[in-house]
Amino acid sequence: MEPEYAFTAEELARIAEIRRRYPTARAALMPVLWMAQEKFGWLSREVIELVAQTLSLNPAEVYGVATFYTMYHTQACGRYVLDLCTCLSCQVLGAEDLLRHLEERLGVRDGQTTPDGLFTVRHTECLGACGSGPVLMINNRRYVHRLSQERLDQLIEELRQGRMPEFASIPLPERPWEQEASSDS
Amino acid sequence: MEWKRYRALLLPPIPNLRDISVYEAHGGYEALRRVLTDPAWSPERLIEEVKASGLRGRGGAGFATGLKWSFMPPPDGRPRYLCVNGDESEPGTFKDRQILEYNPHLLIEGALLAAYAIRASAIYVYIRGEYADWIDRFEEALEQARARGYVGARICDTDFGVAFYVHKGAGAYICGEESALMESIEGKRAYPRQKPPFPAQRGLWGRPTTINNVETLANVPLIVRHGAQWYSRIGAPKHPGPILYGISGHVNRPGVYELPSGMPIETLIYEIAGGVRGGKRLKAVIPGGSSTPPLRADQIAGITMDAESLRAAGSMMGTAGMVVLDEDTDMVRVLLRIAEFYHHESCGQCTPCREGTGWLVKILRRIAQGEGKPSDLDLLLQICDQMEGRTICALADAAAWPVRHTVQRFREEFEARCRPSLVAVPETIPS
Repeated sequence: MEPEYAFTAEELARIAEIRRRYPTARAALMPVLWMAQEKFGWLSREVIELVAQTLSLNPAEVYGVATFYTMYHTQACGRYVLDLCTCLSCQVLGAEDLLRHLEERLGVRDGQTTPDGLFTVRHTECLGACGSGPVLMINNRRYVHRLSQERLDQLIEELRQGRMPEFASIPLPERPWEQEASSDS
Repeated sequence: MEWKRYRALLLPPIPNLRDISVYEAHGGYEALRRVLTDPAWSPERLIEEVKASGLRGRGGAGFATGLKWSFMPPPDGRPRYLCVNGDESEPGTFKDRQILEYNPHLLIEGALLAAYAIRASAIYVYIRGEYADWIDRFEEALEQARARGYVGARICDTDFGVAFYVHKGAGAYICGEESALMESIEGKRAYPRQKPPFPAQRGLWGRPTTINNVETLANVPLIVRHGAQWYSRIGAPKHPGPILYGISGHVNRPGVYELPSGMPIETLIYEIAGGVRGGKRLKAVIPGGSSTPPLRADQIAGITMDAESLRAAGSMMGTAGMVVLDEDTDMVRVLLRIAEFYHHESCGQCTPCREGTGWLVKILRRIAQGEGKPSDLDLLLQICDQMEGRTICALADAAAWPVRHTVQRFREEFEARCRPSLVAVPETIPS
């Protein structure tokens, strides 16, 4: 029987390819933790041990790295992890109220997962999208910009139906003065 | 006004510029080809050209880029590295993401030129993990560059070759600090290293390394293409070049605007970003990311966005990520949230930072909840004294500066929150 926690031959080949990018095996740790998290959902003790064994590292060292970075989940989380930015620019555009709205709407507090295992709500530090805030990140990847209560409600419904929002570019802002300047000349 | 005629070079409005064919059709990779194939362009000449341009780093510290490159020791046949800092995490800063999406080849070309100048054998681009969708886009561009022979061995049929990798972060602001970034690439907790030795002496895996910000490197092809003299005439004399101003907060048109350095703050707010939202009055401006001291509305007249002018005004250029706050902004809550950010992001290595950031949060939370004491304001400043300049890296400074200057510049607002309530509950109910 296949062990429950293992990398496939294909994944091991990918890890070998990652290792070749760096002069030490240790340096492959972060990319391999990313791989493991994507495969297993979160970094349980067993997954940490698997990663440690794969890279010939001490599990304690691997755990130390996994807990240092906020995007590695060292606890089980919901199917959709909603990271709402409440930092400076998002804060002054009402992100703290949006966080409360999200908590009320889903019936959980910041950091908790809904009983159906669908949503984990977290406030997060700056997501680097200050010009299109308030902003939220889903599952360590997809950004949703210019949030409002209505957009949040709509988003929750979409996710309940299994629909992930598409990647959305934030267009560069218009430069109305350029037309003005070219009409001068 | 001169700025109205400025045409964007870092983020030009060219559709599909991230496609390598479009980039090449607009002169892309010509600077790289010229430098690699013209014998006049030795690595030393390229460093001199960048020095002459006056380019200063765009990651926050504003150090002279050519000078930084010149710190690399002579090659000894062993590996040496270029790191590209795309960790951008300081609240108010969101410019590098736009380069990754709209003009990734400019960054790739700039990084290749820098690698040639410092004779690096490998380039590691560290991009914050939250930018997963943008990392994918950047990697697509990198694959295109690889397929056209701009990355790998014998670039442009010359003897120059360099490996080029993307390293994805996993959520830690401290990784933007250069030595912490190197620790993170090495697969460790991102604890900043003691300096000296500086990265040029002992960097990644102990080898000579140079670290430059994404926007900084995107400027390099422009310098080669148009010449140092042309470049140094853009914007402020001592801090020249195009700048990506990220404007956020209470403005009508937030976003990333590319304009010459030295733009007046008032022009950025009122003419470029469309003024304060809802026609309200301005209260404060944080000029270059959350660590830069805020300026009161009455302090910004005539102040321009360059290191010299902002230093004279009692602030800093930082990343040019400007946060605009209107008259209704509660400065106590804003400062509390900034302090919470630095407390969360302190790596915990140095006691003054680990403990100091926690104390700042605790006291500011008390004040925000109406339970502050008048003596708390001086206590906050004393804690800042114990933090600034007493730690391995500058995170403690970055945490202390906004506290010190916000408390000093908006003191009345903080004092008002520390006074006992005037509507205290009477001991007996009057009949």
